[in-house]
Amino acid sequence: MLAAFPHAMPLEGLIGGLMIGVAAALMLLGLGRIAGVSGLAARATGIADSGAPRGIAIAFVIGLPLGALIISAMTGGIETRFPPSVIPLIIGGLLVGYGTRLGSGCTSGHGVCGMSRLSPRSLIATAIFMASGFVTVALMRAGGFL
Amino acid sequence: MRQILVALFAGALFGAGLAFSGMADPARVQGFLDLFGHWDPTLAFVMGGAMIPMAFAWIVQRRLDKPFADAHFSLPGTTLIDRKLTIGAVLFGAGWGIGGLCPGPGLADLAINPMPALAFVGALLAGMIVHRVTS
Repeated sequence: MLAAFPHAMPLEGLIGGLMIGVAAALMLLGLGRIAGVSGLAARATGIADSGAPRGIAIAFVIGLPLGALIISAMTGGIETRFPPSVIPLIIGGLLVGYGTRLGSGCTSGHGVCGMSRLSPRSLIATAIFMASGFVTVALMRAGGFL
Repeated sequence: MRQILVALFAGALFGAGLAFSGMADPARVQGFLDLFGHWDPTLAFVMGGAMIPMAFAWIVQRRLDKPFADAHFSLPGTTLIDRKLTIGAVLFGAGWGIGGLCPGPGLADLAINPMPALAFVGALLAGMIVHRVTS
């Protein structure tokens, strides 16, 4: 079946996903918290006043690039194909930052943690941001931006 | 100190998972969202993989009085499905599609491809500040 999708990395995706799930499980069972990256980033930078203790948020946010760096070193480099201009990164960043605060979460908090808890709020949030992503990329493709 | 180390290790494992799964690559994420182009299902495997340990973790969580490295559980009790949740998710999804990045991969990429990642993370924090000052 996957021969139809030559770009897919199902095994790497599954293994990496298991690592993400174990990390989120460690936050839940170890510290009693949701591994929501947007919330932890807001807390680490002081943009949010409530949420995880500052030290926990800062440690998690520092750990993210460290873990990526270790995998990059172990595998001889991670492919990151960024948009050729910074404009989509800036527009995307602004929307993601504002949207995740307004909607109380992102792919990790609502997607991984909330959906696995069968939280209706998170299931709906995930369905909406997925649909919004599909529509956005379809419009970008139609407009010749992709 | 124990809490800090658990959080640091969890963050590193999370970042390692993002990098290993290909999710640190904005073009791959856009490929998943690109239903009418060269669709790439990898992100679905990542989500599926992450669900397995987390589903077990929620079952274990219900049997515990407290987490093993902290005093008590601090879990969101909100069940509200309102305009904020809906509009927030629409805006987040649009930004995710435009840049190919969400907060986790954006932060992870600071160590792999710092310059473009910094543009995204800077804008991400600016967007969060705009929300804070306007609400």
